[in-house]
Amino acid sequence: MKSQSKIRYRTAAGILALSSALVLSACGSDDNSDSGDDKAKGGDKSSAAAGGEIKCGGSGELLASGASSQDNAVQQWVADYQAACPDVTVNYKPVGSGAGIEEFLNGQTAFAGSDSALEPEEVEKSKEVCSGGQGINLPMVGGPVAIAYHLEGVDELVLDAETLANVFNGEIKQWNDDAIAKLNPDAKLPDTKIQPVHRSDESGTTENFTAYLNTVVKDAWPDEADKKWPIEGGQAATGSAGVSSQVKQTDGAISYMEISHAESNELSTVKLDTGAAEPVEATVENASQAIAVGKRVGQAPDMALELDYATKEDGAYPITLVTYEIACDKGNKQESLDAVKSFLAYTASEAGQQSIVDVGYAPLPADMAAEVAKTVDTLS
Amino acid sequence: MTAPPTDIETPAPPPSQVLLSNGKGGSRRGDKVFSGLSKGSGITLLLIMAAIAAFLAYRASIALADNEGNFLTTFEWDANSIPPKFGIAVLAFGTVVSSVVAMVIAVPIAVGIALFITHYAPRRLAAPIAYVIDLLAAVPSIVYGLWGALFLVPHLVGTYEWLDRYLGWTVVLSFDGTAPRSLMTAGILLAVMILPIITNVSREVFAQTPRLQEEAALALGATRWEVIRMTVLPFGRSGVISASMLGLGRALGETMAVATVLSPSALLSAEILQAGGGTFAQNIAASFGESGQFGRDALIASGLVLFVITLLVNGAARLIIARRKEYSGANA
Repeated sequence: MKSQSKIRYRTAAGILALSSALVLSACGSDDNSDSGDDKAKGGDKSSAAAGGEIKCGGSGELLASGASSQDNAVQQWVADYQAACPDVTVNYKPVGSGAGIEEFLNGQTAFAGSDSALEPEEVEKSKEVCSGGQGINLPMVGGPVAIAYHLEGVDELVLDAETLANVFNGEIKQWNDDAIAKLNPDAKLPDTKIQPVHRSDESGTTENFTAYLNTVVKDAWPDEADKKWPIEGGQAATGSAGVSSQVKQTDGAISYMEISHAESNELSTVKLDTGAAEPVEATVENASQAIAVGKRVGQAPDMALELDYATKEDGAYPITLVTYEIACDKGNKQESLDAVKSFLAYTASEAGQQSIVDVGYAPLPADMAAEVAKTVDTLS
Repeated sequence: MTAPPTDIETPAPPPSQVLLSNGKGGSRRGDKVFSGLSKGSGITLLLIMAAIAAFLAYRASIALADNEGNFLTTFEWDANSIPPKFGIAVLAFGTVVSSVVAMVIAVPIAVGIALFITHYAPRRLAAPIAYVIDLLAAVPSIVYGLWGALFLVPHLVGTYEWLDRYLGWTVVLSFDGTAPRSLMTAGILLAVMILPIITNVSREVFAQTPRLQEEAALALGATRWEVIRMTVLPFGRSGVISASMLGLGRALGETMAVATVLSPSALLSAEILQAGGGTFAQNIAASFGESGQFGRDALIASGLVLFVITLLVNGAARLIIARRKEYSGANA
């Protein structure tokens, strides 16, 4: 009897320990999200200091949706903006660029966030929802797509577009390959197998990276830019978070991801040999520089950009993602117009652009930001 | 899947009930209400199943009408491209292979644990073991997924290299040393996940073995293993099959754990230790977010196939059980 009740106590103690561990771990995850909130609140405070720049307008709910790549930036802006303008509730759903444009064209949202500019047929369709006007692209957020790798004993690595293409298409299989060694004469390259990792879901990041390879080295990378990874086989993972954790745990792995994911996983990033005087590192400053040398292809007031992937400009990191906010130039809905103008005016302002640097995004070059702000002012 | 309601419609009233209902009118009304309720529940279930099937079939037909590829034999899943081109070959293969791997690993272990708990373990050990197995079922699948991706995958490399060294010539078990995020890994993870359900049901069934039979076998001088072989296993066979089918159902439909562990690609390969492949549920989870209306309809079409596969598996299991019923004594 006694021993039995002892066992009961023991199992009870075991269950207690286990369940408390579960509860604690649940708390842990709560804490994480809390700290995220705290960060946002920290942003609030800093923006309260810069609160003078936020001109409130309109009231009620401002609905928007689109690219998940700019979600962290938009959340930062929303936190800043909300602190200054409690009358407006901004609600941005990161549903993906395609779905965001679709919702905008159906008139469900006031503006859309997108990794790519509107296609001609989408512009045509936008004339229905923008009475008397059409949808325009406003570049708002930039960010470098870093090539992050995990290779024991190698902290610095320089690659050029051709080597990169051959690494990702499987031509180069070992880290001590001659092509890599030639670019890195000082590095001690081990005899490790290269394991390139790509996104398994469709993604603007993939589109950007494949666009870069296809533009700069067509011979090594004949596949056109696509949201879906064009090559079969190899390692794949879902989302930037999945890709980065995959690289972190596999020696010899290499992949592409937004810089914030590489930083949060403490991964080394590749410096690109673009033909500039020095190999270019993936930083927000270098991404801003690449946006600055980009070509404007949209006709005013549209500001669609075409990045020069083949740029040899010093300090311009060419694999850079520009995401747009898409709104009507004329014929915005009256009930949301003021709120849209006031929110986008803040995001294009200097305070707004600086606010997203901490979360891993590149600010627009100052004159471009000024022009975006001017365009926002003319929305009607 | 469901027994036709006619079976339970009019059970012959036992004589005692007839006598009682003669005395009081109320109990006959009670019978009617109860019969109506159970008939209603049965029909509701059929209606729900029919509604699910109709919804899947309708949405699937929209996508299938515009598919440029062959739905059954195309490897890639490009439902969002223009023109859309998608097929389930890789997904069906991956779903079946990972589930089969899971069953091959899990069923013997589960039966072993169930026998250990019911016939070998000392009392003080049996209860805690049964309890821990129960707890395994309570772990959310995403937690299994994280454990699989962060712990299981890196630790399987050694095992796979060993398999490759001795069994690599079979092609099926060859391995080249890349991160093993493969159908085999998914199968191993699924095996852990379906272990509790198979173990529990098997344990319940083994515990029901008629004591008289066991004692009779012992009295004839049988060893404990012979007792198990002669009485427990034949008695429990149909129960174990049902339990395995329950487990298989979970393995076929498991989503998040597989999506976290697998490195999906549109390759159909017999080398199940190599990264690649995909399953229905994993593909739906991974592709749903970035899909438009059409892409979602295509995913629903793939869901319909999973639905049909599950129905077939269940039907097959029922057939097997029905054929063995007379030997098992489960109805005794």
